[in-house]
Amino acid sequence: MAQKKGVRVSEDADELSHVPLQAVLLADSFAQKFRPITMERPKVLLPLVNIPMIDYSLAWLESAGVEEVFVFCCAHSKQIIDYLDKSEWLSYPKFSVNTIESHDSVSAGDALRLVYERNVIHGDFVLISGDTVSNMSLTQALQDHKDRKKKDSNAIMTMVIKKSKPSSLTHQTRLGNDELVMAIDPNTKELLYYEDKVDSADGVVTLDKGFLLDNPALKVHNDKEDCYIDICSPEVLSLFTDNFDYQHLRRHFVKGLLVDDIMGYKIFTHEIHSSYAARVDNFRSYDTISKDIIQRWTYPLVPDIQFSGNLPIKLERQGVYKGSDLQLSRSAQLGPFTLVGSGTSIGDSCKISNSVIGEGCSIGSNVSIEGSYIWDHVTIQDGCQLNHALVCDGVVIKSGAVLEPGVVLSYKVVVGPQFPVPAYAKVSLLPQPTNEDSDDELEYADSGSGILDITSLNSTLEVPNAELSRSSDSAEVGVSEVGYIWSVCEGGHEEEWRHSVAPVPANKIAELRKDPVEPDTPKLEVLPAAGTRPDDETSDSDNDPATDDPCDFDKEVEATFLRAVHEGVDQDHVIIEVNSLRLSYNMASLDCAGAIFWSVMKLALETPHDTKGELLNNAVSVITTWRDLLRHYLQSIDEEIEIIMKFEEMCLESAKDFAPMFATVCNIKS
Amino acid sequence: MPDTQALVSEFVLKLKRRKVEGSHATARQTAELLRSVISQQRIPHTNQAAHLIEAVKVVGEQLISANPVELAVGNIVRRVLHIIREEDLSLATTAVGALGLSADSDDDDDAERDDRTLLSATAVAAASRSTLRAPALHTLLEDIPDSAAAPHTPSSGGESEGKSKSADKSGRSRKLKHDVIEAINELLEDIDTCHEQIAEQAVEHIHQNEVILTLGRSRTVMEFLCAAKEKKRSFRVFVAEGAPRYQGHVLAKELVARGLQTTVIADSAVFAMISRVNMVIVGAHAIMANGGVIAPVGLNMVALAAKRHAVPFVVVAGSHKLCPLYPHNPEVLLNDLRSPSELLDFGEFSDCMDYGIGSGAPLHVVNPAFDYVPPKLVSLFITDTGGHNPSYMYRLIADYYSADDFVVQRRTALGS
Repeated sequence: MAQKKGVRVSEDADELSHVPLQAVLLADSFAQKFRPITMERPKVLLPLVNIPMIDYSLAWLESAGVEEVFVFCCAHSKQIIDYLDKSEWLSYPKFSVNTIESHDSVSAGDALRLVYERNVIHGDFVLISGDTVSNMSLTQALQDHKDRKKKDSNAIMTMVIKKSKPSSLTHQTRLGNDELVMAIDPNTKELLYYEDKVDSADGVVTLDKGFLLDNPALKVHNDKEDCYIDICSPEVLSLFTDNFDYQHLRRHFVKGLLVDDIMGYKIFTHEIHSSYAARVDNFRSYDTISKDIIQRWTYPLVPDIQFSGNLPIKLERQGVYKGSDLQLSRSAQLGPFTLVGSGTSIGDSCKISNSVIGEGCSIGSNVSIEGSYIWDHVTIQDGCQLNHALVCDGVVIKSGAVLEPGVVLSYKVVVGPQFPVPAYAKVSLLPQPTNEDSDDELEYADSGSGILDITSLNSTLEVPNAELSRSSDSAEVGVSEVGYIWSVCEGGHEEEWRHSVAPVPANKIAELRKDPVEPDTPKLEVLPAAGTRPDDETSDSDNDPATDDPCDFDKEVEATFLRAVHEGVDQDHVIIEVNSLRLSYNMASLDCAGAIFWSVMKLALETPHDTKGELLNNAVSVITTWRDLLRHYLQSIDEEIEIIMKFEEMCLESAKDFAPMFATVCNIKS
Repeated sequence: MPDTQALVSEFVLKLKRRKVEGSHATARQTAELLRSVISQQRIPHTNQAAHLIEAVKVVGEQLISANPVELAVGNIVRRVLHIIREEDLSLATTAVGALGLSADSDDDDDAERDDRTLLSATAVAAASRSTLRAPALHTLLEDIPDSAAAPHTPSSGGESEGKSKSADKSGRSRKLKHDVIEAINELLEDIDTCHEQIAEQAVEHIHQNEVILTLGRSRTVMEFLCAAKEKKRSFRVFVAEGAPRYQGHVLAKELVARGLQTTVIADSAVFAMISRVNMVIVGAHAIMANGGVIAPVGLNMVALAAKRHAVPFVVVAGSHKLCPLYPHNPEVLLNDLRSPSELLDFGEFSDCMDYGIGSGAPLHVVNPAFDYVPPKLVSLFITDTGGHNPSYMYRLIADYYSADDFVVQRRTALGS
């Protein structure tokens, strides 16, 4: 009885001892999707409906009851730290914001390893990136996570997901990501399969048959969205440290855990229904989430509620948000779902709809702005047309300029009068870095290093300053018309429409419609071979030779053999080499025999010959020369049969010449 | 005062995050916060009331701007300001009265405070003059012996007899603070007991075998109905569910648990049912100075239906919901547009909101929280002080608020 009591007390004490809920906020996306803007400012400080993204994340964490946040800054870390110092986040009671600075982290994996080294996380923590917008309540998810953890200590992570249908046309989600396919156990909510790079061309998803053997039930979803909000146990950090090659949270960590079954660790999912959660990953999701915010899906994180030190904004009819001190011309038309920041002036007969305009902008008359995002202190002169463009701080657009859909103007770019900026162009004061290393996913660590490149690139790759202005003879050239048009990067122009702020152009939709209608849900295909891993499931198959084609092995063996023939290598050495090849390709000795015989016969065939008799002689002599080598591998009758089969195959396919002497050659061997 | 500052910012944060819901809870917490602000406020010897008012206004501004939609915050701030003014006035008049009249009139200080509206014009003028010229007041106080101050602080009354004039002054400042805090406690009590006060009047309004209609859930309405039930009245209640939050379901549960005959109907069935209804009883979010009501969404429809069928439309609300502002005031934000997720499930409709594909017109959802019911549709207000006509609201408001405080919010607009 007394013992029981003691246990009870300790349990209570365990529950009572208050562990502050911690969160790790990665203030670096380790991606380049927001370039060229992110070369000058970190992504988390970019304004989303006039409020820096990190404020949404912090406000959400604060209201969700998180008490300690570690902001991990890497690219432009100084700017982030300065921003946080000035903001009111540091002054809140019961909410502490600490920064962890790093200069050499290139991935989320590096970041988490550093967090682990600092030894600041003591319990379960929430892992998000600084571009997450959400209003979900964490209570239920945390409770579920803790309960599961109590039952099964291997349940180390809970992933928040949300229902959202991908477009059947483009096979991408609203947020511009590729279609995501997950397999979830409907009872336990365990995540069994995760694939975010579904090959949309054929719409086929391949699952291992083992899944069906191991799990009584399995639901495959393609209508779930990954919110990139994870509730993790401290083991996650140590896992990252143990597996030092983990870089990407999803691509390496989640898939690694699911595929390799490390220590039996499990990942679970938590689905949210009424609340909102999404992550700004690319320009498309920037556009989508901005619109969601204006449509108030993120309530109470909406512009007219001052959730972070933002200026007061009033919501009027039809979703028009207006800041204070506006100078609005009487004839200007503010269309629905538009936000105009404080201190902005808008001239006569402007038409603005579905757009966000920052603070302190001055917009001339007869300007039409549709679906665009204009940040602070932008000057737009008379008669400009902006269509689904993104315009950063301090940009000057001179009169009559036209921005086609999908244009991104980075900081302080000046667009000359009457200049049409082509669709999907990205214009920046900084030139595009030439040696773009695709592996190097770092955002520019310092704006300083970017500037250094200017001279070297000026003449070669970039469009020179003057080309931005048509009136190249005017005095202003070089003084005001500044900026480089970045050449379209990796994906090519074809892919630009996927991720831009502009809606998918009509011709693309028509093109996609014309395609033979595929089933919306990806087909399921269960591989018969449960033992071997399906190829498309391994993300890192490039350095895994086990899955390589067996004919590579034959070629290697042949090369070895030929080297032996031409360079007179000793037979023993050949055997050793072939054996090592066999091990590295994971082949049976049977295959070796086959491969060697094949090379032998090929040698015979390639030796110059005129008649069939000569060929036969050649073959006989070669075989007798290398008889010992062959015999080394011909230990049993099975191998001899293999050899004969191989020979038969050769006769049928490659070397028709051998066909008549099949019997003769067979005799020689035995 | 780091203490109060922390308290204030914590409450501001709660308001901003919309974590305090309902005018009752908000009113209560605002009053409690202001009480602690006042009790921790250091007051100089001169011009104490002005200092207190300033301190409350500073906090009040922050609170009001944190959630301008929740009018109860502003109401309580204004009432506290009013309380300070009243207490100061009554103290001053006591002093003046003590000076002008003989010392024996001091005893009935309490009676005088209650009769403050009956003060003669001369006394008020003298009081205002004395507050304007603070040193004069002091000379006045110095002149009066302790007899004037003593009755106000009964505990220290005996001791202050032999003390110097500084102790006298601090006694008076403590006195003001003390009185104000006492009055705020009374206000808090009023807020707490308003449900019972209102419910007491239930039997006068609900008669045997009547059919009552209500929409959504209001605690005041619930107590009101239950009080009538307890008094052995037998009647039926129709509860309109109150989409999109469906608080009506909760109310129906509570009513059935208390043994009332309850029927749940859809909001859209209100007009069909109204002809069978004897009285509509609803709660309110706020009552404006003109007698208009800011009420949960859907009530304007109910009020119009009731008007069409000449059914009395009764609004029950505690006095903390009385707002001295008019609905046409620019600083009154009449509505709160909440998340569309209350209306429909995001996942089901996500394909209608794909801005990348949508041909220019993705799905829009509007979810307003409140309706404005104009005064002409309201038959009767029942507050904790009794039943009132909509046209009488301005008079009630004059009792609770002083005209100087109506503009707390305008300062906010200028300040920011």
